Amino acid sequence: MFNLARIRGGIHPAAHKDRSSALTIGRVPLPPRLYLPLRQHAGAEAMPLVKVGEHVLKGQLIASSPSELSAPIHAPSSGRILEIGPILAPHPSGLTVNGMVLECDGEERWIELEVPANPFDESPLVLAERVARAGIVGMGGAIFPAAVKLKQGTRHEIKTVVVNGSECEPYLTCDDRIMRERAEAIVDGARLIQHILRAYRVVIGIEDNKPEALAAMRAASEPYGAIEVEAVPALYPMGSAKQLIQAVTGREVPAEARSTSVGALVHNVGTVYAIQQALRYGRPLISRVVTVAGSCVVNPRNLETLIGTPAQALFDACGGFTRQPAGVLLGGPMMGVALPSLQAPVIKGATGLLALAPHELRNDQASPCIRCAGCVDACPMGLLPLEMAARARVDDLDGAHDYGLRDCILCGCCSYVCPSHIPLVQYFQYAMGRQDERRGAERKTEQVKRLTEARAARLAEEEAAKAAAKAAKAAARAKPAAAPTSEVE
Amino acid sequence: MSISVASGPFAHDRSSVDRIMLQVCLALLPATLFGLYLFGWPAINLWLLTCASALATEALCLHWLGQPRQRLLDGSALLTGWLLALTLPPWAPWWVAVGGAAFAIGIGKQLYGGIGQNIFNPAMLARVALLIAFPLQLTTWPLPQPLGSPGAPGFVEGLAITFAGAPLADGMSGATALGGLKTELTLGHSVEAILAGNFALLPALLGSTPGSLGETSELLLLLGGLWLLARRIIHWEIPLSMLLGVALLAAVAHQINPERYPGGLYHLASGGLLLGALFIATDPVTSPVSRSGRLLFGAGCGVLVYVIRTWGSFPEAVAFAVLFMNALSPLIDRYCRPRAYGRTARGKPLAIGRQTSPVKES
Repeated sequence: MFNLARIRGGIHPAAHKDRSSALTIGRVPLPPRLYLPLRQHAGAEAMPLVKVGEHVLKGQLIASSPSELSAPIHAPSSGRILEIGPILAPHPSGLTVNGMVLECDGEERWIELEVPANPFDESPLVLAERVARAGIVGMGGAIFPAAVKLKQGTRHEIKTVVVNGSECEPYLTCDDRIMRERAEAIVDGARLIQHILRAYRVVIGIEDNKPEALAAMRAASEPYGAIEVEAVPALYPMGSAKQLIQAVTGREVPAEARSTSVGALVHNVGTVYAIQQALRYGRPLISRVVTVAGSCVVNPRNLETLIGTPAQALFDACGGFTRQPAGVLLGGPMMGVALPSLQAPVIKGATGLLALAPHELRNDQASPCIRCAGCVDACPMGLLPLEMAARARVDDLDGAHDYGLRDCILCGCCSYVCPSHIPLVQYFQYAMGRQDERRGAERKTEQVKRLTEARAARLAEEEAAKAAAKAAKAAARAKPAAAPTSEVE
Repeated sequence: MSISVASGPFAHDRSSVDRIMLQVCLALLPATLFGLYLFGWPAINLWLLTCASALATEALCLHWLGQPRQRLLDGSALLTGWLLALTLPPWAPWWVAVGGAAFAIGIGKQLYGGIGQNIFNPAMLARVALLIAFPLQLTTWPLPQPLGSPGAPGFVEGLAITFAGAPLADGMSGATALGGLKTELTLGHSVEAILAGNFALLPALLGSTPGSLGETSELLLLLGGLWLLARRIIHWEIPLSMLLGVALLAAVAHQINPERYPGGLYHLASGGLLLGALFIATDPVTSPVSRSGRLLFGAGCGVLVYVIRTWGSFPEAVAFAVLFMNALSPLIDRYCRPRAYGRTARGKPLAIGRQTSPVKES
């Protein structure tokens, strides 16, 4: 096998994966209503194409993408649009976002799907466009529109497509389960992506704590030479693109550059599966596998879930709670967010729903930093989290930036190991937000300055033109005044 | 269902400051118990008194400064007092213990802003202050008289020594190996002759020699230190570079002039070097955070220890060396940083280079 590059830092959190990975992927009963935020992806909000009261079919396009960096939304089931307006967002703030409410009619009637012939006969750009129209985003939680990445193949030489099956977050097993149950579709999808990107090889990276997934993927990729399945060490954050690229290709992505600069591109296995479904069967992204886990869940397992299903429905499908959870998370415990309510819907990037007991959550009583350097050792990016936090705390944004905020991937390893329980990631998010604000303000000032200067220049020009005209007029008046005299003479 | 933590990660490795401090105390326990056994009741009084005074001072300061009371229980004050006690002459009078602990916590730690804010190691700061203010009391070394051995002070005599300042009987005090060497060298004797008289490697390593309360048994200190290393409470860089720094310099000097300079093993087995390298220089608050920084810090400590021991006017040097390097820690931290992913050691982005070539639109 390959000599894998050693990843710096990282942590080994308790996996908690046994219970949910033991069961096959189940189904959530069709909920009466689906809640669809218009932005479930990085980029611009999608624009509704339907009216309130309109009947839609399963898979019908109901909101289109206004720009390249966006993703359309399709009806996850057939029914009637009940409402278009603010709905509860799956975000800790508990605020609302623009969205649609779909009342399911229970018939699950599909729209006629356009099934492409052999996708391998089509040109990469056509295929990438199809993926864009299917509304597929990064399903590992990054929610970056997948087609934008696929179009990179026309601009850069992609040597290695890395399929990310590492699933390093604790509790989550959705990628593990789809690799076990849908290995052939994923390998097919990986080959399609290879075709689209014109890549030389595909490496499917899977953490070595998932032997069944490794075996299934190895068996499925056996017939294809360009596809390698590689066991990467189980280490958080192996699922981060930069770390996985280093583990698989041995190369570091240069700072401030994209992974394409080392000839690599990473797609999550869930995304690869969705791409295969779109290209082979014309199916848009309307459902995904979600891990429901945590010690408060009666029967933790993975569920094929329609986008827009309220969290409550998933917990109900798993037998409800053994006791009132101390916290419900969307995503994993390392990078997930707290859900404000069980009515918040599952979105395209939702990898898991966790109902956690107090002992599974962090102690929130922070004490002063003792400079133990645990965070420095744990940081997979080689930064100095303690110095970054100390500077972010006093709004020294430049200092924090210089000590590593510019390279921080917000993985949370530093917070995980901090014996003083300092919420480092919170400081970093705050500082990044402030930096964004400041950059925005600077841009605005720059713009105002430019406009003011342009205006001043324009006014001066006008003034000059006026003066010139006046002078010309005066000269003209003087001339005719002089002319007649001369004529008279 | 409300969650008190506003942002992730929600998972944690369950470590905490008090657990770290208590594990360090636990690692000190073998050497401490041996020291208490070796020097008897006065040493027990001294140790208890120092730890208790440190805790009392910490409680007072927390109260005055309006800081949360539970910080008293984080173990840092106990550890400071404990470390200070281990570096004191075992029969030192009560006011050395109380004053030293109050100085360590009050001035060495709380004056800077409490836990995590101090520049200097509080225990070492107090020890140096005591040494300079009270050189006689701080250099009076009783000979080991294990508990229960004939001639060892009993409980009441112990109280008298600690609290009433009962003078040491003649023949009950001796010199430390380092102190003895220093004095004899000034008399013009050769190192070999001196060491033949007052130094034997095995007792020095086991610890049945005069010296500070907890520094004499190198083997037990090493045991505790290795356990801390295995538990990843301390990093290996500082102890290794510090001990290597002393040993290498000593070995080189010994090769050049064995008449004048004792060898590396003598230095490793004498004084507070091991206690300093494993438990004091490794204090996270006052040492650098990056690996290269720690290596530099440890090497600096080692070189200074050797230089001061050999050419300075004090026979022992660990406290001075550590304090000096403590002062340099912020500077070291500024320049020794780990290399960030995707960047060169100097912080510039890696060159994108010719790893890929642009593809023309087909």
